[in-house]
This record gives sequence, structure tokens and C-alpha cells, in this order.
Amino acid sequence: MRKKLYNFAFFDEGSKREVRRAILKAVAIPGYQVPFASREMPIARGWGTGGLQITLSLVGRDDVIKVIDQGADESVNAVSIKRLVSGTTGIATTEDTREATIIQSRHRIPEAPLVEGQILVLQVPTPEPLRFVEPSEYATKRLHAEKEYSGAYLALFEEIMKHGHVSTGADHPVTVEDRYVMAPSPIPRFDNPKLNGSRALILLGAGREKKIYAVPPFAKVASLDFEDHPFEVESLVGKRCRVCGATGVYMDEIVDAAAAVYQCNDTSHCDAVLKARRAAFDGEGGAA
Amino acid sequence: MSSNFDAKALDLRGVSKWYGPTCPRCREGGDTALEMNYCPACGTVFALRDISLTLYEGEVLGVVGESGSGKSTILNCLYYDQEPSLGTAFLSSFEGGSVDIFSVSAQAKRGIRNSLLGKVYQNPVQGLKMRFSSISNVAEKLIAAGQRRVATMEARAIDLLGHVNIPSYRMREAPEFFSGGMQQRVQIAKALSNNPPVLLLDEVTTGLDQSVQAKVLDLVKQIQRELGISMLLVSHDLGVVRMLADRTAVMLGGRIVEEGLTDQILEDPQEPYTQELVHSML
Repeated sequence: MRKKLYNFAFFDEGSKREVRRAILKAVAIPGYQVPFASREMPIARGWGTGGLQITLSLVGRDDVIKVIDQGADESVNAVSIKRLVSGTTGIATTEDTREATIIQSRHRIPEAPLVEGQILVLQVPTPEPLRFVEPSEYATKRLHAEKEYSGAYLALFEEIMKHGHVSTGADHPVTVEDRYVMAPSPIPRFDNPKLNGSRALILLGAGREKKIYAVPPFAKVASLDFEDHPFEVESLVGKRCRVCGATGVYMDEIVDAAAAVYQCNDTSHCDAVLKARRAAFDGEGGAA
Repeated sequence: MSSNFDAKALDLRGVSKWYGPTCPRCREGGDTALEMNYCPACGTVFALRDISLTLYEGEVLGVVGESGSGKSTILNCLYYDQEPSLGTAFLSSFEGGSVDIFSVSAQAKRGIRNSLLGKVYQNPVQGLKMRFSSISNVAEKLIAAGQRRVATMEARAIDLLGHVNIPSYRMREAPEFFSGGMQQRVQIAKALSNNPPVLLLDEVTTGLDQSVQAKVLDLVKQIQRELGISMLLVSHDLGVVRMLADRTAVMLGGRIVEEGLTDQILEDPQEPYTQELVHSML
């Protein structure tokens, strides 16, 4: 019989409890960054340790886990994290968003709508939305306490002054439940609207910065904007995935020698669309 | 000018600021217990000792004194950069001057700082975000006061920066690329952005060369005439005070030693320290 090298889900029970305690507080105060005792991990800080600690503290024997890295299920980082979780728990992994109970993600919210009972865990490099304008943690804590968010607006205003429009490529700040301004992790602006009223619980973990925060299900989440410069997602009008033909999803731009081509960023969504098309094709007897 | 010189814009009552534990000796002993503003028994430094000042509407009140006399500490306390150890202050524009602005909530303090006061620091690094464009710097106070229309803020910032003679083709540049005099003028534009009834000026011309000094002083004078803003002007330069201030307070060791009309102070100083100060003018 194989010797048991680690406790279930790698962590000792005390560590899991500490992380869960921070998660509970985070859910109770939507958008508020809860400090927690970030553990040493077998992967380096900055490689998803915040998300991984949340996942490991929550996972149970009946869970099915999906891990994605910038939309891809097969990237090295996603595969390594998936193997660590399944290797220390023995639970099943999946690439199908709808099958998963816990989805750990780096920089994307999946295309398939999340449902009640699912948990989305986002990896966060910089949890502080005001860091760009205020380097001091002591000062930003006070700014949050006093709900003083002009710094976040100032950063957007500066972009409009420089470029004529808001140019946040990712991590566009949001206000949660009309109270805390939160960094949604570097998801594209395209994914920001999915945070609002999400049916799944969204947990965000920053291992290096030792912060956990949350968007509980059905919470109100609004992206920061100005009256005459309303929030806009990236325009993908007229773009079509070169593999599955999908439209209206977030796509990667691949610059080829001839021209730029587009492809679904969410690989599992791309697969699902392809399978559905094939099924429809076979169903019509088109194969003959 | 619509100024009403009888109405108080700002009233400081018994403001003190000390650094250190204080001991019975320096708390009760008064001046005799201290060496200048230092208590030899417990090592406490008194930056401000029982300062009472009144700034009337539309006037410029100068505060002069040597370095370390507590001039800047007054402004720092008023702008909430520092917390006074003791004392009260009243702003006529806040709750009709009935509430002590030192004892209100942190949020109310931010509101006062963003909407009712403007401050120009001696060092522009303290007053500006050096890497943000000048327009954004001016807009910062507008955003903080709740403005959320980009076009309105941009127009106001361009208007104010034009007013302080920043050429339009440089308004989108960051102050870190500006000369000292230009940085100081951006600070003035920023301080004026919300039409504050009271402006705090901390050594606005120190470190600038003579011709630029004259321009900045002209600008302050012009703004004061046009807008009738009350100003509390701190300087160690009597020339600046003579040019701008209607009344002057002279400080030494954290105390106000003499107060009166600027001309009177300069022509007929009563206190030995004031006499020394006036006689040392070039």
C-alpha cells in the first residue's frame, strides 16, 4: 500500500481552518481585503499560491476541480496546480466548466455561465486597487476605511487625459455592494460584468500579498467609470473564432503574417462549441 | 470686492502641538521651565504653544518667524497633515463656524480638506502627484469632492492652469518635467480648483529665483483680489509678507510674540525679537 505522504489536500487541518476563517470574513464583508497567514507552498509566490490555498482549504472528497490559466486548461501552470490538488486529495478533475464544483482561474472568468453551488477561485497578484496612486499600505487601509476612492478614479481620469479613453487592459477596478472598491484580479474588462450578480461564489486570493477577498453570490458589482465616459468592455464586434466559429466571446488576437486572426481564449468553451456543432452535423446525417 | 472684514473666516483657539511625553514641570511651569521650546526635564519639544489666531474674510494674514518657530505646523494642523495636541479651530464655511474642525470624523475632515481648504506646500512634491499630468493633478480635488464628469473637470483644469500661465501645450505633461516655478503654479491651480474660501500658503516662493518669485507673488495677489479668498500666508521672508499680507503675526519658539497690521509691525516693531527680525531685512 502506498504510504500517505501528505494530509488530505496538502495542508494540516489548522492551516485550512485559518484560511477558511479568512474566507468567511471575506464573504461577510464583500470586497474587503482580509489579511491571512499565507502559507509556504510547493510553488513559488506569485504563481497562484493565493488561489491554491483557498482551493486546498475548501476542497472535499466529492468536489470536482477545474483549473484554468488565462482561459486555457492545458497550460503548464494550470496542469501543475491541478495535479497538486488531485495528487493530495484524489478527487476528479475536469475541463468542463459545468461539471466543476471548484474552478481555480488565473485572469479569466469562464464563458459558460456559472451556477449556484459553484465556487470560482481567482488568483490575484495585486489585491490593492489603490496601490498605483498610494504606495503605502497604512495609507490605503485608511482610504478604504474612510471610503475615499478618488485615487482609483484619478488613475482612470489620467488614462482618459493621456489616451482619450480608459485603457485598462485588465484589472479594471469595481465597487462591490456600493462600499469597497476592489481589484477584480487581472481579468479582461470583458469579464467584469460577469461579477455582477454572479450565481457562483467568487473568492480571490493573493498569496504573496497575504489577502483574501470575496464577491458573494448575487452581490452588486459595478465597474468604476465617469458619467461621460461609461464603462465599456473590449469590442469584439465582427470577430469570429477561427476554430469553432463562436462570436461574442473573449478572443485572443493572433497576429499572423497575413493578418490578425482570432481564437476563443476559453479553450473548454471552444471545445464545447465544436462538439455541439459536430453532434448537430452528425444528427442531420451530414457525415454521409 | 465683496469682502467683509468683520466676518471671521477661520478662528484658531488655544492650539498647541508638542512632541514628547510632557511632564508636570513643562505643563505647569510655563515659559520659565523651558529652554526656548524644549523641556530639559522630559525632552518634550513644543512646536505650538497656545496659538490663537483669527483670519477674517478676504484678508491675507502673514505668519513670519525663524525656522522651527512653528509657522508650518499651524498650516499642517489646519490641513490635517498633523494632529494638534490641544486646541480648537472653527471655519465659518463649515457648519457656520459652530463646530470644532479638529474634533469631527475622519470623513468630515476629508470633506473639509477637499472642498473648503486649499494648500500650497513649500515643496511641490508634497502637494502634487509628480507623475500624473497637470490636468489630473488639478482634477484630483474635484474628483475627491464627488465630481464625476470628465469634460467638466477637464475644462475647469484647463481654465485654472491657463490662469496660472501654464501654456496649453504643456498641460498634459506631468509636473516632474516642469521647472520649480511652474510646479508651484500648478500647485496654486490645484489649491484653487474647488473655490476654497480659505487658502493656506506655506513658503510659496522659497527656493524660486527672484523673477519667478515676483511672478508667483503677482499671481497670488491677483487671485486674492479677483476671488476675495482669505489666505493664511506663512513665510520667513518679510519682503513677501510686506507685499501680500494685510496683517502679520510674528512667531518665536511656538508662540505668537506680536500681531498687528503689517505696516505697523515693520515700521514700529515692539518686541525685541520682531525688532531683530525687521532690522535684519536686507
